[in-house]
Amino acid sequence: MNREGRGATAPQSASETRPATFTGNRALDLEEGLLFEIGRQEVTGVDLDEPATFAPRLGGQERTAPLGLPGLTEPEAMRHYVRLSRMNYGIDSGLFPLGSCTMKHNPRLNERMARLAGFADIHPLQPVSTVQGALELMGELSRYLLTLTGMDAVALTPKAGAHGELCGMMAIKAAHEANGRKPTIVVVPESAHGTNPATAALLGYQVKSIPARADGTVDVEEVKKALSQDVAAIMLTNPNTCGLFEPDVVAIAEAVHAVGAYFYADGANFNAILGKVRVGDLGVDAMHINLHKTFSTPHGGGGPGAGPVVLSKALAPFAPAPALVTDGDTLRLVEQQGAVGAEQALGRMSAFHGQMGMFVRALAWMLSHGADGMRQAAEDAVLSANYIRASLQDVMSAPFATRPAMHEALFDDAWLEGTGLSTLDVAKALIDEGYHPMTVYFPLVVHGAMLIEPTESESKASLDLFIATLRDLALAAKAGEKERFLGAPHYAPRRRLDETRAARAPVLRWVKPQAIAEAAE
Amino acid sequence: MSDVRYTKDHEYVRIDGDIAVIGISDYAQSQLGDVVFVELPEVGKTVKQGAEAAVVESVKAASEVYAPVSGEVVEINPDLEAAPGAVNEDAEGKGWFVKLKLANPAELDGLMDAAAYAAFVETLS
Repeated sequence: MNREGRGATAPQSASETRPATFTGNRALDLEEGLLFEIGRQEVTGVDLDEPATFAPRLGGQERTAPLGLPGLTEPEAMRHYVRLSRMNYGIDSGLFPLGSCTMKHNPRLNERMARLAGFADIHPLQPVSTVQGALELMGELSRYLLTLTGMDAVALTPKAGAHGELCGMMAIKAAHEANGRKPTIVVVPESAHGTNPATAALLGYQVKSIPARADGTVDVEEVKKALSQDVAAIMLTNPNTCGLFEPDVVAIAEAVHAVGAYFYADGANFNAILGKVRVGDLGVDAMHINLHKTFSTPHGGGGPGAGPVVLSKALAPFAPAPALVTDGDTLRLVEQQGAVGAEQALGRMSAFHGQMGMFVRALAWMLSHGADGMRQAAEDAVLSANYIRASLQDVMSAPFATRPAMHEALFDDAWLEGTGLSTLDVAKALIDEGYHPMTVYFPLVVHGAMLIEPTESESKASLDLFIATLRDLALAAKAGEKERFLGAPHYAPRRRLDETRAARAPVLRWVKPQAIAEAAE
Repeated sequence: MSDVRYTKDHEYVRIDGDIAVIGISDYAQSQLGDVVFVELPEVGKTVKQGAEAAVVESVKAASEVYAPVSGEVVEINPDLEAAPGAVNEDAEGKGWFVKLKLANPAELDGLMDAAAYAAFVETLS
């Protein structure tokens, strides 16, 4: 028994309010200024020799004023970024329920493989004879992607989902041009990802929107009404952004093909059907695959995305350069558009060969999971989402709940009616509970949407705690505990930000406070 | 205010002689949330009924605003660029978007009057 030393329990505080600290820090919760605020001109982290005298050859145009770069010592720079990183929330800190984002665990094995010297220390301009292993990995990854999707060709170079979309739609445009056609319209259902109409518009297409039917899915009859000889393609997200599998997808593909148009599938939600559905069997002509979602490579600030595109037989000839080809025992890349092996290539999507580090991680995930493991990942992701929806349906409102969800659970704000609270207030209160909020106000077809994607990464205990947290918040909202929501986040390093003012009057450049004061004088 | 008509897409048109003042309804602004940007057409442009006339961006979403009637743009609201919040404060007054020279007054017959629009909004919640 400890009678002499420190007390084993904290003294009871008379009041809940905590005293302010002198520094503004709260124990491990550390304040941190901007680099420009803490840096100063006379300090540097590296010891460089003064340059020898040199004659400037800029004809008097050389800069005379100081650059104004912040100087910091190495420990200061280190602390700055470590402190900032501690204010961050990532998949390695907790459940990250962003819908439509598939924030799944990034296995450490992937990281180890990506750091192998043969992958990490090569240069894209090295002679291909010295990087045969890397090329073989790209070939192997391609083979896996084609097997999983049932498609004919793959372009590895697109750097992320939207870039992949652009690549797929460029292939569609190239195919129409090769056929001597110039259709002008792209059909996009309301439940599509926001990038879909943007991609179509970027390529000069007119976007024709079609509504979702009452159960949240796309009606083949509505598609048929929108189709004509002037339609280049349909862009469909399946499973859609309401977290539902499109039951009419095959009929939609047939109708689209009947007018000479192509079927672009947004593969952002591929995680839900991995190993269960081959999109080639559905009649898809092009689909991007987010390696950084479905195949566990880091994203959301953690690493570059990678958005390979798979193409059907009809679009395969238009795949962008470089093309990976085999000559006997050696692999090589056909870099030139028009060269043998890339005769009808639509051009290039990228200066080099894509996100090599992500290819390694994605293939490591595929190999470590195997066919059965990948299928189970999809099944677990769908099971987790349905578990969340079923567990919260009595206190929150779930639209389209007559159909089973795929990998995301969608709620609307009908359950908040009369509480004086909004979806945004719930999201902010979730921050106080130590969670990154779910996706809010998307998809647009649902009022005050809350879209939750737990992925297969979470244990049942983790899901249960998250469900219990949302249940507690839902009951508190209905019980009129408004302050818990309207004042949230109460415990974040910064309280609720003024998003309206940030958008109406954005401050895009840091200005030295002293300069502001001088300007005011 | 019997000279105001509404569309199912929540635009309003207020008729003043042969000039049609166009904007989004008070219900629309309440659904959009704080408006942060309004993109308006150029004066002199001709718009057709149902075609995109402007874009309104709020903290929640960007939405197209369709012309409730056809006509030539004769004036745009100069205050919206600096103060888009006027749309939230007074959507059907000083938050107007564009003034059109009415091309075909018969198009107004297909639009809802205030009472019909109020009843339509009732069905949406």
